[in-house]
Amino acid sequence: MGRVRTERYVASFSSTFDAMEAERLCREAGVEGRIIPLPVEIDSECGMAWSMPHDEAVLAAFEASVAGHLVPEGIYALVL
Amino acid sequence: MALNTALFGMLHEGDHVITTDFEHNSVLRPLHELERRGVIELDYVRADASGRLRMEELEGLFRPTTRAVVATHASNLTGAVTDVPELVRAAHGHGARFVLDASQTLGALPVGMDELGIDVLCFTGHKALMGPQGTGGLAVVPDLELAPLVHGGTGVKSADPFQPPSYPEHLEAGTMNAHGLAGLDAALEFLLELGVERVAEHDWKLRERFIQGVSSIPGLVVYGDRDGRGHTGVVALNLEGIDSSSLADRLACEYDIATRAGLHCAPRMHAALGTLERGAVRFSFGWYTTEDDIDAAISALQDIACDLGDAR
Repeated sequence: MGRVRTERYVASFSSTFDAMEAERLCREAGVEGRIIPLPVEIDSECGMAWSMPHDEAVLAAFEASVAGHLVPEGIYALVL
Repeated sequence: MALNTALFGMLHEGDHVITTDFEHNSVLRPLHELERRGVIELDYVRADASGRLRMEELEGLFRPTTRAVVATHASNLTGAVTDVPELVRAAHGHGARFVLDASQTLGALPVGMDELGIDVLCFTGHKALMGPQGTGGLAVVPDLELAPLVHGGTGVKSADPFQPPSYPEHLEAGTMNAHGLAGLDAALEFLLELGVERVAEHDWKLRERFIQGVSSIPGLVVYGDRDGRGHTGVVALNLEGIDSSSLADRLACEYDIATRAGLHCAPRMHAALGTLERGAVRFSFGWYTTEDDIDAAISALQDIACDLGDAR
């Protein structure tokens, strides 16, 4: 039984520090998601990204959690 | 820090430097910065698509102004060991210095600085030396003078307005990372007792076991030349139908196997292998990796390949 690929929102950052900071902020705020290796659809460079369900409420919670702390480089809708 | 200290400390305006496509950004970026500032001119011993350095091109790269040949001891991507004796011979034959980045090999393969004729040896403590992150060092032959990269307190000769000429204070300023260095010291004691040759043999056997195990997996490509002068315990691969970051993520989440996806700070080597866009997944084996770990990694890759095949 293979893994089911689902659409996710993925936030990328300009540094690993920011990605880990986003993870900390999201965990504190209870935002659903997890750190993943930066998908090659965004960039083949090394790095980390924040992956969350493709859900507008989760995305809004993510944006509220990081607001004032850091600015994501981009937010993408990807099937992972 | 060691490579920056060595390269910024020994290179001067008008110098020409030869390096290789195997290099990590820890070598490339200081050299690129020196090139951007107009201090040095830079040439590369290129790698071919199989991951082999074109050593036959080396001689043609030298100029009268060639001051240094700077090379890693092994690719951090494929694990292929560089032909250091030939690089040293060529460098010295043209009156240039040889700088070795031994970060990939110190603790994993025997490295004889005097035996190989290395002028500057730079290393990190956190890889096969098993020390803490943030540790490392460099060793310099006595007849090579390095200008200090950092300037500041040394705890000695405090009335001197400049960095003292005596080593290591000449190149060290500020408070040392004593806790980290104590950890590195303990790791070195352990390694010396264990014997680096045993580690090298251990890593070699695991690498061979792994490559043999994955070689029959459909759509799996292992990068790099399998012959040459030996390898460290790293293997880079890709699996058809899945990008490198997704494969690394599946290995971590579903099988608890940590790998590294992406470009591994080795953009020129990825370009040579044709994986600059896709990246690759790198497995790294060390003294604490077991045959069971290798078999679990092979099994995980077989599972994922099978899963991808079913999905197609």
